[in-house]
Amino acid sequence: ASTLVLTEHDGGSVKSSSVSAVVAARSLSEDNSIAMLLAGSGPSLQEAAAHAASCHPSVSQVLVADSDKFKYPLAEPWAKLVELVQQKDEYSHIIAASSSFGKNILPRAASLLDVSPITDVVEISGSHQFVRPIYAGNALCTVRYTGDLPCMLTIRSTSFLVSTEARSVAAPISQVDLSTFNEDIAGRSRYVSHSTQDTERPDLGNARIVVTGGRGLKSAENFRMIEKLAEKLGAAVGATRAAVDAGFVPNELQIGQTGKIVAPELYMAFGVSGAIQHLAGMRDSRVIVAVNKDSDAPIFQVADYGLVGDLFEIVPELIKKLPEAK
Amino acid sequence: MMKIMVSVKRVVDYAVKIRVKPDKSGVETSNVKMSMNPFCEIALEEALRIKESGLASEVVAVSMGPAQCVDTLRTGLAMGADRAIHVESTANLYPLTVAKLLKAIVEVEKPGLLILGKQAIDDDCNQTGQMVAGLLNWPQGTFASKVVLDNEKLTATVDREVDGGIETLCLNLPAVITTDLRLNQPRYATLPNIMKAKSKVIKKFTPEDLKVEIKSDFDVVRVNEPPKRKAGVVLSSVDELIDKLRNEARVI
Repeated sequence: ASTLVLTEHDGGSVKSSSVSAVVAARSLSEDNSIAMLLAGSGPSLQEAAAHAASCHPSVSQVLVADSDKFKYPLAEPWAKLVELVQQKDEYSHIIAASSSFGKNILPRAASLLDVSPITDVVEISGSHQFVRPIYAGNALCTVRYTGDLPCMLTIRSTSFLVSTEARSVAAPISQVDLSTFNEDIAGRSRYVSHSTQDTERPDLGNARIVVTGGRGLKSAENFRMIEKLAEKLGAAVGATRAAVDAGFVPNELQIGQTGKIVAPELYMAFGVSGAIQHLAGMRDSRVIVAVNKDSDAPIFQVADYGLVGDLFEIVPELIKKLPEAK
Repeated sequence: MMKIMVSVKRVVDYAVKIRVKPDKSGVETSNVKMSMNPFCEIALEEALRIKESGLASEVVAVSMGPAQCVDTLRTGLAMGADRAIHVESTANLYPLTVAKLLKAIVEVEKPGLLILGKQAIDDDCNQTGQMVAGLLNWPQGTFASKVVLDNEKLTATVDREVDGGIETLCLNLPAVITTDLRLNQPRYATLPNIMKAKSKVIKKFTPEDLKVEIKSDFDVVRVNEPPKRKAGVVLSSVDELIDKLRNEARVI
């Protein structure tokens, strides 16, 4: 087997979700030759390529597409790039993480290659057999891929954990030959801007502890309590769709079927009822704590530890009594 | 003025608690309430608002699948779509096939904008919009939370909900847009509009008419219920919780 991993990078380093995609590629077969494909432009791309070359012992090659056309991760040139690289190297598998980057690009690339991709793989049982959640995680579907190569997947990074071992000798880095790159689509989609909330907190996708607030917080002001508790624990902050819709916090914090999928060591939910679509985003957390004044809230059915009570008393007490994060 | 095409999918209603069939061949869909996929409702609503603001002349709804898809299309017509197209097939239609069928209809209808839901709540694939955009070689704005059209420059400016916040793109038309939840709040069909919808036209095609071969690229081996989490314990105090987290779960 040979696998191409569509790699997302940021500020000179490879995103950990893309390293998870390498871990998934490794579990396809013992003798899998894994190439990471990075696109971008300028010095930060070269830094990210160097990081990719040593990010995981299973990486055999790093391919770099350096061009102004890839300055922003737009689906149109990226899909063409994947098509170009695949036509030359004929990988058996192409994988990306199920991030907004991977979900945007991989299906488009698959349509150019005339194959059906498989979304949100959580388990790999053989080079062509995969498990993926359907119906918001209320059922798990095992599928066997019978189509033409390449077999294209997006994987849930929470299901393919990255060990800390790095590659001792860096994998070779080579440049993708873009002389035949077909750019008829370029320019028809233009990047305008990106807005984000700057924060010192860890990223939701790979935080060890996630503290989440729901509608029970009642206001944006009250939600700061959750942020304070997260700071104390060194945790990331999450929210339910109800809390996002009520305007307490921006959408990027949303956990659930249509938001982010998380699986931290410790998940603490405050004022969260536990709607099905929220559970879909956090049910694989190792330890779940729920605090809610309604003892019948469905969140208690998945919680390892529950506290029935007023979160406006419990959160301040936790902030006072919990140890400072190391 | 341009035409907008919207694809709508018939799925198990979002409020239904689904059941896995005892033989593990799939999820029970007979005698279950079916509705328009919520993301598709948002897509249709956006198209209707664009038309109502005077920037489009017509909204065409398209659905693919068995005969009952006509019900979903009637709902779309009752919401305000002008016409509907049904591609009838009893086969399992996977996103690549749906994207090919949509491309074939786009070539007939020539819309300036194609809007789809970002995913269907049954298979949760999140692929069709990106795939039809790729097949048409049109630009794409996926996971949209805001769409602003400029009919003079022939562009759509799209705010996208991405992992790290909101990304704004400007797309040349024609383009494909897929909708996220916050784009709008879909309207309900009123009774007079439901009555009016009954006389609107639903045009039928078969995949053969559109020269699209239906192929399946995978077999479903089995469908299981997810493992249940063990019910936990209810504690009585913050001190007890901290003790459990520290000494039993060892997570702090």
